[in-house]
This record gives sequence, structure tokens and C-alpha cells, in this order.
Amino acid sequence: MILIELFLTFFKIGLFTFGGGYAMIPLIQEEMVAHGWLTIDQFVDIVAVSQMTPGAVAINNATFVGYKVAGFFGTAMSTFGLIAPSLIIITIVAKLLDKFSNHPLVEGAWQGIRPAVVGLIMVAVISIGKEVIIGIDGIIIGIIALVLLAKVKLHPIGVIVISGILGVLFTYI
Amino acid sequence: MKQIKLRELFSTFMRIGGFTFGGGYAMIPLIEKELVEQKGLLTEEEFIDIIAVVQGIPGVIAVNSSLFIGYKLRGILGALTSVLAISLPSILIILSIAQLLLNLQGNQWVEALFKGVRSAVVVLIFWAGYKMSKKAIVNYSSLIYTLGVVLGILVFKLHPIVLIGFAGIIGMITSITKTKEYNDDTD
Repeated sequence: MILIELFLTFFKIGLFTFGGGYAMIPLIQEEMVAHGWLTIDQFVDIVAVSQMTPGAVAINNATFVGYKVAGFFGTAMSTFGLIAPSLIIITIVAKLLDKFSNHPLVEGAWQGIRPAVVGLIMVAVISIGKEVIIGIDGIIIGIIALVLLAKVKLHPIGVIVISGILGVLFTYI
Repeated sequence: MKQIKLRELFSTFMRIGGFTFGGGYAMIPLIEKELVEQKGLLTEEEFIDIIAVVQGIPGVIAVNSSLFIGYKLRGILGALTSVLAISLPSILIILSIAQLLLNLQGNQWVEALFKGVRSAVVVLIFWAGYKMSKKAIVNYSSLIYTLGVVLGILVFKLHPIVLIGFAGIIGMITSITKTKEYNDDTD
């Protein structure tokens, strides 16, 4: 049943994402495309919308996908699925967490996981980039966006707005 | 220490969820301002410990921090109240624009706009990964994890979860010598 599948999929995303924010993107992308719930274009659009609206990217994505697949109840199931692993971990082991977060074995696991997440993100950049950066226009807009972000230090919302305007200009001029 | 009312907990986290752009990490300074500086419900040390813990467990940063702080202040009800409050603004906003987004698909102007936006999003993701790499890739052995994941996915088609699991286990194994020292120290 679709509601249970939504719940389980977002439960998996919540349980196996380490580092929050953009670290979630590779896993969400993998799951959404594998289930056929979103195209890569739609997924990237949701990331853009998430940047421009308040709140966390993962919650926004869960809300949108749940709605698209199964309406309001879909949203409830996917969002609850995303939250459930944290709820279980925090309420059951809250007292142990203070003690264990400094344990060398946990620190050791993190020393492996952190660079691994960087690898996941870079693969996502390649696989998403191949699909959504179209033609010479797309590449030029990408380079301008990188300069605005890295050199001009413009806020991501500004970078998204300017890139959108450039997209329209390049298409119609 | 004085106890916060659930209603106040709800309105505090709803404000934080509704006014931070850029996701969980952007919420951390706001949570600190509201709960540590203004309301005095947590000390600075408690807050720093909480942030360290919520980043060390899986899940969404905003969800983890609201759950953990809510739980510390008012138990399980506090945890549920806080997480509902921090997620509610984004759920309501996305629900109200979801249909609009779906309807606009195929509109030529919107397609042109999003064509530009999509290039920018790839750059944003790349930049987030680049900034993360400066803290995550500290020596040659951490670089091996990164390259291992890239090869694992592109060449061996392994699932991201499998690779994260591997990385965590190998990281633990290589830290066993340090763990022995730690145990000797504490004994």
C-alpha cells in the first residue's frame, strides 16, 4: 500500500542520513527516482523551492512528495516517517547519548562517515548535473552561479533568483 | 529551573521553523537566542552539548534538535510538541504551493525559469559538498573513503546506505587502537 511505502521510504531516509541538510540529498534522490515518485527535474525544483521557503530541505521534500503521490495523508505519512527514527533514537537513548557521543568508537565511525558523505554528494552533483544542466546556456548559468556564490558571497536565494532570470533571458533572447 | 508551558514551547519552535531559510543549520543560532539567551531554559554548555549530540545521530538537524530540546524540557510530550511546531510552517507552505507547482509544469516561461534555477541548484549542492570536504577530508585516509564511495556508486553500483555502513564500520575498526587507550585511561 502506497501510504506504508511512503512511510517506510522516508523512515529509511531519516535513519540513514548523517549530517543533515545537503547530506540528505543523495539518499532522497536515489529513493525518489527509484520509486518513480519524482523526476530528477522535479527533485531539483523542490531543492530550489526549499532554499527559498523556510524550513528544512528534507521536510519540504517529504511534504511535497507525500502530497504528489497520495494527497494530504501522503504528506502526513512521509513526514512522520522522516521524523520517526529520530523520535525513537532520542526518546529511548537520550540519556546514553551524552555519554556515547564522545566515545572513540563513535568518533571513529564518524571519521569514516564524514568523508563518505562528501563522496555521496559529489556523485549526486555529477548524476544530477548530467540530467539538468542542458546545453551551453546551462553551463554558462552554472559558472555564473558558482562565481556569485563563491566569490561574490551572494546568499543562495539571490543566486537562485538571478539564475532563474538568466534562464528566461537565454531562452527568449 | 522553571518549566516551560507546552503552549510556549510550541509557539517558540513554530517561530523558529517559520522564519529560518536554508534548513537546520540556519536554525541553530535562532534556537540559541530564544531558549538560552531570552528564556534562560538551557545553559550555554547544555546547548553546546545538545548541538553536538544532534549532529552525531542520523536524521534531519531541525527535527533532531527540536525533539531533543523538547524532550529535555518537557519529556515525550515536549518532544512531540516541539517537532510538530518546527515542521508545521514548512508543511503548510509546501502544501499550499504544491498544487501550484504541479499545475505550472509545462508552462514555457516557468520551464525557462527553472532551467536556469536547476543549474544553480547543482552548483549549490556542489558548494555544500566542497565546504563539507574541508572539515571531513583531513588526511589521505579520509580521502580514500571519499574516493571509495565515488567508485562504489559509479563503478560497482552499490546503494548509498551500504557504503555509509561500510565507512562507519571501517572507521570504527581503524579506531580500535585508540579505543583501547581510552578504556585504559578510564579504568
